[in-house]
Amino acid sequence: MAGLSAEDWTAFALTMRLAATVTVLLLLLGTPLAWWLARGRTAWRRPVSALVTLPLVLPPTVLGFYLLLLLGPHGAGGRLTTALGLGTLPFTFAGLVVASMLYSLPFVVQPLQNAFEAIGQRPFDVAASLGAGPLDRFFSVALPLAWPGFLTAAVLGFAHTVGEFGVVLMIGGNIPGQTRVLSMRIYDHVEAGEYLQAHALSLYLLAFSFAALLAMHLLRPRRLIAHD
Amino acid sequence: MTEVAAGLQVQLQYQRGEFALNVDINVPSRGITALFGPSGAGKTTCLRAIAGLDPDIAGRIAFAGDVWQDSSTRRLVPAHQRRIGYVFQEASLFPHLSVSGNLDYSQRRARGNGPVDHKVWLEQFGVDRLLARKVGSLSGGERQRVAIVRALLSDPALLLLDEPLSALDAPARSELLGCLEQLHADLAVPTIYVSHAIDEVARLADHLVVMEAGRVLSQGSLQSILAHGELPRVMSDQLGVVIEGQVVAQDQVDHLIELAFAGGRLWLPQRAERVGDRLRCRISARDVVLSTSAPATGSSALNVIEAVVAGRMEAAHPSQCIVRLDVHGTALLASITRRSWRSLALAPGSHVWAQVKATALGT
Repeated sequence: MAGLSAEDWTAFALTMRLAATVTVLLLLLGTPLAWWLARGRTAWRRPVSALVTLPLVLPPTVLGFYLLLLLGPHGAGGRLTTALGLGTLPFTFAGLVVASMLYSLPFVVQPLQNAFEAIGQRPFDVAASLGAGPLDRFFSVALPLAWPGFLTAAVLGFAHTVGEFGVVLMIGGNIPGQTRVLSMRIYDHVEAGEYLQAHALSLYLLAFSFAALLAMHLLRPRRLIAHD
Repeated sequence: MTEVAAGLQVQLQYQRGEFALNVDINVPSRGITALFGPSGAGKTTCLRAIAGLDPDIAGRIAFAGDVWQDSSTRRLVPAHQRRIGYVFQEASLFPHLSVSGNLDYSQRRARGNGPVDHKVWLEQFGVDRLLARKVGSLSGGERQRVAIVRALLSDPALLLLDEPLSALDAPARSELLGCLEQLHADLAVPTIYVSHAIDEVARLADHLVVMEAGRVLSQGSLQSILAHGELPRVMSDQLGVVIEGQVVAQDQVDHLIELAFAGGRLWLPQRAERVGDRLRCRISARDVVLSTSAPATGSSALNVIEAVVAGRMEAAHPSQCIVRLDVHGTALLASITRRSWRSLALAPGSHVWAQVKATALGT
């Protein structure tokens, strides 16, 4: 690709690595959470659901600020990670992963929750009457019927992580190869008056985001994605 | 109270809003037991509780000596461990699997010991021709046939059918009813059949549990419950008896068969029956005309049966009453106006002739 410097490429590769890591981790953690939110029977569902959707309305800087306090050397999280021998997370790739996971959580959990809810009770009743236990029902009924939700969740989680800026700014800083992601790199270019480079990166990001969303819509022919 | 080891015992108490359920049902270990009643009677609620699909319903459920649920000891065997087959009102095939995928799903989880001879059922229900099809391309009747075979392949110890015909059009319904009749003859597994259609119940059921507004109105053998006319008031237009007998003659020219039963003989339209077949015939109370003298030869009714009036019941409409008749031990019901009852001076013990149109018997 023309117009990209070695540093731009480093930022690009880092962004992809971050988005892929976050997406995989979120799918693993978000699936049981979404399952519980969709089918749990306790009163805790609503407050937890509100908490999960909080990053949708919160300015990323607010989230990043509190994470900085929490995970910093004087925060509870920071003391825990130090005691575990992990050091403090802010201004590291791991810290960026944790922050991005929180920030992108609703974009993964909500499509999964919607997909699980859309299945309804009937297929699970049928499976139970045919002798399928709870775990069997999850793998033989819920997963295959909810796969469009997984596709949406993966694409949205990935694309949203690629596009984040505020959280990175607060907790990641701007360390090349560690926390300098594409959005930071574009900001740097603009700050330095390098509009041509900023243009090139921005266009790539725009094209990538559009392609990802288009692919998602093409792969789900039946109904459009819905998240609010 | 001693526990009957065989069969199914169900005691349920349940309240949700206006609807209250309070039932004590006994299901014999053989044959088809119909849960019969108008919509809103609580039939499906009972069936779901028996299957273990509604754990909120309190009560006690025991099957063949195993306690499936006992709210007093907080015992609750989950649905997937109850070895039931459940067929829902609307087809409920897994949309992500083909027909054969749906059947495999069931067969892989079959809970019985011996191998299930599934080929017979595939052919009997015409499912063998559908195996490669996608679920979405099936007609309503085909889906329900697949759903029934799928339930059978899981090798259930108790089969639960929740109005399996109610979502079908008339031809599909009639076809599937025939399949179920055949199944009734072949299958040893006790079956509970929920329905609000008397013709289905009359053809399939051996035992009847009549329900209304969350309560059991009566339960017992099909013939005796129907003969006593113990149906909910709103269903009194469905009153009638079921007579079981043997085909003793057939008239090839007029396409009629003659059925011999304990109290006499009846002519009815021939479907596919042959001489020697055993047959059930429902005689609706509305289709019986009474006269106090032997009808003249000028009547079109093919069947004239001598009977004795055994009693009288009130009907839903104030103009009518239901007359219970005794035909040499076989019960018959006739729905007539109160005016006729008076003008014919009928009373228990009266000698009457009951006329039944053969065309009314073509169920």
